[in-house]
Amino acid sequence: MSEIKKFLYVNRKAPYGTIYAWESLEVVLIGAAFDQDVTLAFVDDGVYQIVKGTDTAGIEMKNFSPTYTALGDYDIKKIYVEKESLEKRGLTVDDLLDLKWEDEDEDWAEKDSIHVVSSAELADIMDDADITLSF
Amino acid sequence: MPIEVNGVSIATDEEGYLEDLSAWNEDVAKVLADTEGLDMSNDHWEIVNFLREYYEEYQIAPAVRVLTKAVGKKLGKEKGTSKYLYELFPYGPAKQACKIAGLPKPTGCV
Amino acid sequence: MLHTVNKSPFEKDSLAACLRMSKDGCAILLIEDAVYAATDGTAVSDQIKEAMKTKSVYALKPDVDARGMSGKVIDGIELIDYAGFVSLVADQNSTQSWL
Repeated sequence: MSEIKKFLYVNRKAPYGTIYAWESLEVVLIGAAFDQDVTLAFVDDGVYQIVKGTDTAGIEMKNFSPTYTALGDYDIKKIYVEKESLEKRGLTVDDLLDLKWEDEDEDWAEKDSIHVVSSAELADIMDDADITLSF
Repeated sequence: MPIEVNGVSIATDEEGYLEDLSAWNEDVAKVLADTEGLDMSNDHWEIVNFLREYYEEYQIAPAVRVLTKAVGKKLGKEKGTSKYLYELFPYGPAKQACKIAGLPKPTGCV
Repeated sequence: MLHTVNKSPFEKDSLAACLRMSKDGCAILLIEDAVYAATDGTAVSDQIKEAMKTKSVYALKPDVDARGMSGKVIDGIELIDYAGFVSLVADQNSTQSWL
């Protein structure tokens, strides 16, 4: 068994206009099958990926918002969103999907996965990662 | 290669997964199960229907580990084990059950 | 003259260039990732509101809805569907795309 590494996925692109957001999500789900320590960061236009209330029927594309809500099932509990990016876009945490994970050790208590953090805090998180994948 | 169900030809990809998941119905599932050499029992249907509901909610077919945990929570602990799921679907619960459920191959499945 | 913009204002300066090089009385249509520019309370909202004083600004509704932005569109920006897009192109003597 190899040692557990800290993977950080940095998401900086808006969804739907380009394929980056969906590609990133697929890689995250694949990576999560390998029991690594996974952290997601959403910065710049990447914060738009986890905005709630999306309806893609009109553009005839698959709506992958619901897939983010499955991240808790994949044991992904650390999702960081840059505060400065939200502010620049007139968004608050209330505009984002309500992403939860269930703590098996506390009778499946639901806990928040999303944490809004400052640029400085994100710098520490990025510095701490063993492997960073950028999308 | 297309499969034939009640006289209707339904498209599948080179690995036998349905091209169009809306083409699925129980008769299609039975034909897909046949190609996998499986006889569908109530226990098989329970997992296939569970997968369809999971896909409906999250738009993905879950990885085995995630499926096992979710089945255990929803259908009871004794069913949430890989032993139980592999007994029903010997070539891999995610892979084989997803195919019969008409879903795409699970993300991360090779 | 119709100007279309399809890039996020936070990632590229297509919108800024369009606003700078378009004339009073023209129509500006925000599509794809540029619909984020149609939302209120952002770092570029003031630029759009200033442009709206002399230019007509539209946003493509299917793109707005897909991105979950329908509740955030600036008052006075007209949301149009694909048929409206076609009419807009047909009504204008020329179209310029800011990519």
